[in-house]
Amino acid sequence: MIAQAAALPGEEISRPSSIWKQSLATFIENRLALAGAIVLVLLILFSFVGPLLYHTNQTATNLINENLAPSGSHLLGTTPEGRDELGRLMVGGQSTIEVGLGVGVLATLFGMVYGSVAGYLGGVVDAVMMRIVDALLSIPYLFFVVLLAALVQVNLLVLILVLSAVSWLSTARLVRGETLSLRTRDFVSASTGFGSRMRHVIARHITPNLLGVVVVNGTLKVADAILAFAAVAYLGLGPAPPATNWGELISAGINNLFDGYWWQLWPAGVLIVAIVIAVNVIGDGLSDVVEVRLQKR
Amino acid sequence: MSQDVMTDPGKRPVLQVQNLRTEFRLRSSTVVAVDDVSLTVHEGECLGLVGESGCGKSTTGLSIMRLLPRIGHITGGKVLLGERDLTTLSEAEMRKVRGNDVAMIFQDPMTSLNPTSTIGVQVAEPLRIHFGTHRKAAAKRALEMLDLVGVPNPRERMDDYPHQLSGGLRQRVMIAMALTAQPKLLIADEPTTALDVTIQAQILDLLDRLREELSMAVLLITHDMGVIAGRTDRVMVMYAAKAVESTSTAELFEDTRHPYAKALLESVPQLTASSSTLLPTIPGQPPDLTNLTGGCRFAPRCRHAKPDCGTAEPTLEELEAGHLVACFHPVGSEPEPAADAPELAAPAPEPVADEAADEPAAELPTVVQRVQAVLGITLEPRPAEPPPAGPPAAAEPVGAQAAADPMSAPVLVEIERLFKEYPVRRGLGLGFGPPAASVKAVSGISLTIRRGETFGLAGESGCGKTTLGRIVAGHEHPTAGTVRIDGKEILRLHGAELRRGRRQQQLMFQDPYASLNPRMRVGAIIREPLMVQGSGNRRQQWERVAELLGEIGLSRRAMDLYPHEFSGGQRQRIGLARALALNPGLIVADEPVSALDVSIQSQILNLMKRLQRDHGLTYMVVSHDLSVLRYLSDTIGVMYLGKLVEYGPADDVYDAPAHPYTHGLIQTIPVPDPKIERTKEKAAVRGELPSPVHPPSGCRFRTRCPLAQELCAQQEPPMQVFGPGHVAACHFPLQPPTTLEPPPGVQLAMTDPRGDA
Ligand code: SF4
Ligand code: SF4
Repeated sequence: MIAQAAALPGEEISRPSSIWKQSLATFIENRLALAGAIVLVLLILFSFVGPLLYHTNQTATNLINENLAPSGSHLLGTTPEGRDELGRLMVGGQSTIEVGLGVGVLATLFGMVYGSVAGYLGGVVDAVMMRIVDALLSIPYLFFVVLLAALVQVNLLVLILVLSAVSWLSTARLVRGETLSLRTRDFVSASTGFGSRMRHVIARHITPNLLGVVVVNGTLKVADAILAFAAVAYLGLGPAPPATNWGELISAGINNLFDGYWWQLWPAGVLIVAIVIAVNVIGDGLSDVVEVRLQKR
Repeated sequence: MSQDVMTDPGKRPVLQVQNLRTEFRLRSSTVVAVDDVSLTVHEGECLGLVGESGCGKSTTGLSIMRLLPRIGHITGGKVLLGERDLTTLSEAEMRKVRGNDVAMIFQDPMTSLNPTSTIGVQVAEPLRIHFGTHRKAAAKRALEMLDLVGVPNPRERMDDYPHQLSGGLRQRVMIAMALTAQPKLLIADEPTTALDVTIQAQILDLLDRLREELSMAVLLITHDMGVIAGRTDRVMVMYAAKAVESTSTAELFEDTRHPYAKALLESVPQLTASSSTLLPTIPGQPPDLTNLTGGCRFAPRCRHAKPDCGTAEPTLEELEAGHLVACFHPVGSEPEPAADAPELAAPAPEPVADEAADEPAAELPTVVQRVQAVLGITLEPRPAEPPPAGPPAAAEPVGAQAAADPMSAPVLVEIERLFKEYPVRRGLGLGFGPPAASVKAVSGISLTIRRGETFGLAGESGCGKTTLGRIVAGHEHPTAGTVRIDGKEILRLHGAELRRGRRQQQLMFQDPYASLNPRMRVGAIIREPLMVQGSGNRRQQWERVAELLGEIGLSRRAMDLYPHEFSGGQRQRIGLARALALNPGLIVADEPVSALDVSIQSQILNLMKRLQRDHGLTYMVVSHDLSVLRYLSDTIGVMYLGKLVEYGPADDVYDAPAHPYTHGLIQTIPVPDPKIERTKEKAAVRGELPSPVHPPSGCRFRTRCPLAQELCAQQEPPMQVFGPGHVAACHFPLQPPTTLEPPPGVQLAMTDPRGDA
């Protein structure tokens, strides 16, 4: 009778004892999220493994082959520069995914540290730190990008940094709020009660309990970053050719839309919509996981 | 087969529930939350529905109202309100019934009141919706209703928003709202559980009065046997979704037939009980409704269980006229089964089995074998320590150690002139500017706690008792004053010294769900204090964790599990193990059992006693529950609005309180005995706790004191001595003071060191 859960032999089998297993089960239960995850994996394979199987020359321009319609040798036709469109989509996918994940991870990490420090310390430090966030939030990100494009040669790394510099702000806000409420929880008091230092409390108690919301938030950041990157590239402020990305491909496609070169626009458009939706439903599935975990606490 | 008592044919039945069955459809399974329940409530009658959390009592109420959450479905039976079957009505028709014919009030009025409109508007709302009453007329009626439910200055209150009211007032407003349309039936679901006893008594008095005046039928859902005893005409006891006993209230308490009902009654700590015996407990916990095994649902915990209990499920049968019991071997029908179940001896006054006897004893062999098999190691039963399975030193009552010489043990904790005030700031609360006023949470408290004793601190919520406990535990800093533990001033320590000093006193939390980090395994949780304090190496620390788990009666396997895999009571044990890890001298327990069900409560209380005996612990227990304090404490302190009003040996304070407030508090606790409850004077403490921002002058209790005179407003009463170690602060005490010496550490004249009191 000690522990219905803990001690009765034979009863444990039915309950997934690991939090991970239970989380995975919940995630899989959300069919949409599962589909999203599969789509994302396929897109990653397409962009990174695809070029190994489907060889094209993506560096040189080839004006003889410009704007060819899909055919046996160019499955999705060619671009205005005469590069293979399908190969182009693969290369473009690489940078798109890199920016998305890069910004997602960077913004989340920075926002999390900043927000948890502000939330944990509270008081004046918190007030000052959060006013800075508010101030930065009031500047539109495109302004940053345009400014930067005028000053330096924009490459992928710079773009990731710039987009992260905007993206971390809302994460910091979220994390600060969560930390404020976690800080007053009994298990944190208990820990300080037997002499823990702030470092220990943040590492052992605050961060692990933030992870849920932060991961969900980070997923959505990935989707946002992909869209922002596309917008920036669409405006012609992205990295210079031969580098490319889906946003830039769409921009080129729209220029030639009235010539009937549909293959230059629609595939890129479909891919970008697919990846954003996929990432969003994954985020949805993850928040299910977090919520269920809270219920079963 | 509607089995229900139809007593008192003179009165019309208002509500008849027949074979109600309610299911919850969860992600992976279906739970039958109410299983074949039948009940009848007559005009002007109060039917009590009692049981522990999860027994289906609230779901029954919600099913009648058809207010189930989305996953809940009524899958069988009838709910007859007069002639109409509510289960067949459309949602639109049901809306007309709610608030009009049937009304319901809940535990937390805040969630049922709309925070964005004034209470005047909300109380008038049912009239306007159901009868289309004109705005002015409805407002007038609302005013009458607020007056009827005892809201002071109703005319001014009409324009208040819910958050401006205290909990007790909000509940009154809820009742006013529920009753504006004069329903025939009121369902009250734990209406007073969130309130203090003093307010609880007032609200229950109010419900009684209204029931008589409006000859309403009331279905009172509660977990509190004391409330049942005092307020209901008939009772139905529920266990694991089923009704197990149903009879008149007097009969239930006099002649309890179902073993569960009997055990539940016994495990409630009694106000009169001596603190030197262990409480009878109900071993184990209620069954998991998703995983029922057939047979009587109480069988695994039942001391009367026989083999046939495991095979068939008993149905409600009428044992005597109007007394229905669902049990094959009801109490009293056969000789007490003491012989074949010796470890679960018997009711209250007899030597009671240590809860250890029903716990590790029952479990240890299998667990040990399994752990040995799984881990490939050999587990010794705990050496040296009194074996949990052994005969529980029945001859030597627990607490004897402290009780033997309560007055001569050395002092462990000295609290001197302690003040704590929280600034109340105007404006945006940015932390700038001077505070506008301050909440006086603790105002000059001095007292001592002796080594090895249990000091119980009582008072209503908001009286500052929790603040005082947290200061002593080192979780909060006082505004002024000193706390010495073992001669060391804990408030003077800093940095590393402070961190080391934290070993000495630990806090045990109220909420077992919030006090354990959900992301850590239980092993890591218990090990954390050892790690933080760097005591012992890795291996020693894990050994200590295993040892602690043994002490609280959990198996080693618990180490690898997460808190959410345990029940509330088990988590509270884990919290206790963590508090014990550093071998503290003092444990401050803040409402240690108020979040738990009665049957689980007694297990924890007994465990606390056993640990105290084994480790010579000193407890400071903070609680609003005077019965729990009575059971645990050697010494009692009563706080009112930041002041200590009475302090002394528990027996003296309970048997002969000197302060009117203490007397009132003790009077107000509902006791599970209808005879006592029925003869009680109405609510002994009137009104509500005044604001701690501007406490009354002189005696702070004077605004609610039945004995108050002019002097009380002018002068703060000094502490006077009423017996050995027994002091109280009142100008007109309930017994004459003596000239004995005050107990050490208590100043008779309470002077504010800052001289501004
Ligand atoms: S039926 Fe058997 S197990 Fe159930 S309560 Fe009665 S005696 Fe106990
Ligand atoms: S001092 Fe006066 S008001 Fe205070 S408790 Fe005593 S009699 Fe009541």
